[in-house]
Amino acid sequence: MKLIMEQMPIVIQALNVGFLQTLKLFFVTLVGAIPLGLIIAFGSMSRWRPLSYLCRLIVWVVRGTPLMIQLLIIYYFPGLVLNNPIWGGGEAGRFLAASLSFILNYACYFSEIYRGGIQGVPVGQEEAGLVLGMKRSQIFFRVTLLQMIKRIVPPMSNEIITLVKDTSLARIIALQEIIWAGQAFMKGSHGISGAIWPLFFTAIYYLVWNGILTVLLGRLEKKLNFFR
Amino acid sequence: MPILEVEHIRKTFEHTEVLKDLSFSLEHGQVLSIIGSSGSGKTTLLRCLNFLERPDQGIIRVNGETLFDASVPQKNQEADIRRKRLHFGLVFQSFNLFPQYTARQNVMLARELLAREQPGYKERKKEIQEEIEEQAVSLLRQMGLQDRMDNYPHQLSGGQCQRVAIARALALQPDILCFDEPTSALDPELTGEVLKVIRELASCNMTMIIVTHEMSFARDVSSQVIFMDDGYILEQGDPLQVFEHPREERTKQFLAGYQKEKRGNGE
Repeated sequence: MKLIMEQMPIVIQALNVGFLQTLKLFFVTLVGAIPLGLIIAFGSMSRWRPLSYLCRLIVWVVRGTPLMIQLLIIYYFPGLVLNNPIWGGGEAGRFLAASLSFILNYACYFSEIYRGGIQGVPVGQEEAGLVLGMKRSQIFFRVTLLQMIKRIVPPMSNEIITLVKDTSLARIIALQEIIWAGQAFMKGSHGISGAIWPLFFTAIYYLVWNGILTVLLGRLEKKLNFFR
Repeated sequence: MPILEVEHIRKTFEHTEVLKDLSFSLEHGQVLSIIGSSGSGKTTLLRCLNFLERPDQGIIRVNGETLFDASVPQKNQEADIRRKRLHFGLVFQSFNLFPQYTARQNVMLARELLAREQPGYKERKKEIQEEIEEQAVSLLRQMGLQDRMDNYPHQLSGGQCQRVAIARALALQPDILCFDEPTSALDPELTGEVLKVIRELASCNMTMIIVTHEMSFARDVSSQVIFMDDGYILEQGDPLQVFEHPREERTKQFLAGYQKEKRGNGE
């Protein structure tokens, strides 16, 4: 126990650095996947069949295969198979590859949630807008969008909390996120080796961060309760 | 000149002909009631007038201007249709108010968006905004909703919602205001307040087309009644003629059904 207390400051500092990378991946994924998901949702609802089939095919493949495999393929495929290592070898390249995989993966999940949200808004809302001489774009942004957001907040909260934990999969391409940082103390890092507790300790980070997110998303849900 | 002329409108959905060669016209300030059993095509007719459905055949003219002619290939430009449908207003059976806006905002929204497209909007923004708000307030007052302007639709009763919806349609000053069974979603107690508002509009010479199942209301308020059956206009005339001296057997049968129901309700 005394040893752990001595190691603690060193470990926490290293884990903080790793968690920063985790958070970076988390936010980059959200910023990319939230709008991309909307584009895919509109694509799969398009009346132009080729586009809608293409979008559904992408969603099927991405949701039907493990994110870990997608990470490995996106990171290694260009270098090992095409002899064109576009990501480079460094941490920046790994982060880029991981971001791309996560954005694509989560955009597909989000798109299905959006699709449900948009289709759940009664047709009468659009018709009322049309009869009042509104443009389709105005109807979407002024009428449908907020009603859709209200509908999708609970399922999106679920996905967002899953995303926090899924970022740990980036460990598989050696992205130096918090799991990587915790695991490093087993082999030896910062003068500490053979310690497994730092890896276990990382769970606290996820738990606290998800606690904060749960509170924030709950507040958003409450805020949208001003209408029904 | 009639304010509205509808000639030979036909509409088919998936092999079912819903409207079969309908023609009628309406003078300015007249109230036309359309009665008939469910599925007779009344709602589809209103939706065609409001460009929510496109007739397969026929012509629609407002104030002599041809708004729709099925024999002319459609440009189908959104802006064109938007301009044309502003001749009509439509009040829905299920209100279709925008839930995230207050009563006042519901009435103002469409006009605000239209005003933005006018030249010189930016310079006169504040002035225009005030004018739109003033109009919304006076319309809601006219509907008896002066205390409800800042309520959201879920805080209002069905009758109040429908009156907001009427104010919202009036805000765009349509030539012809259409009602699609405006009281069918309401409790009998709330029906009266909506019918009263429509009566007041009639006395102000608003041109209206009302699809309704309220027979005594239709008889009182209309200048013209159409009885629709199976996609045809079976009978057409002033209310006295249609209600008291119907020519067609089917009309008699339909009206008798209502008489029975009335007695059944102990009225």
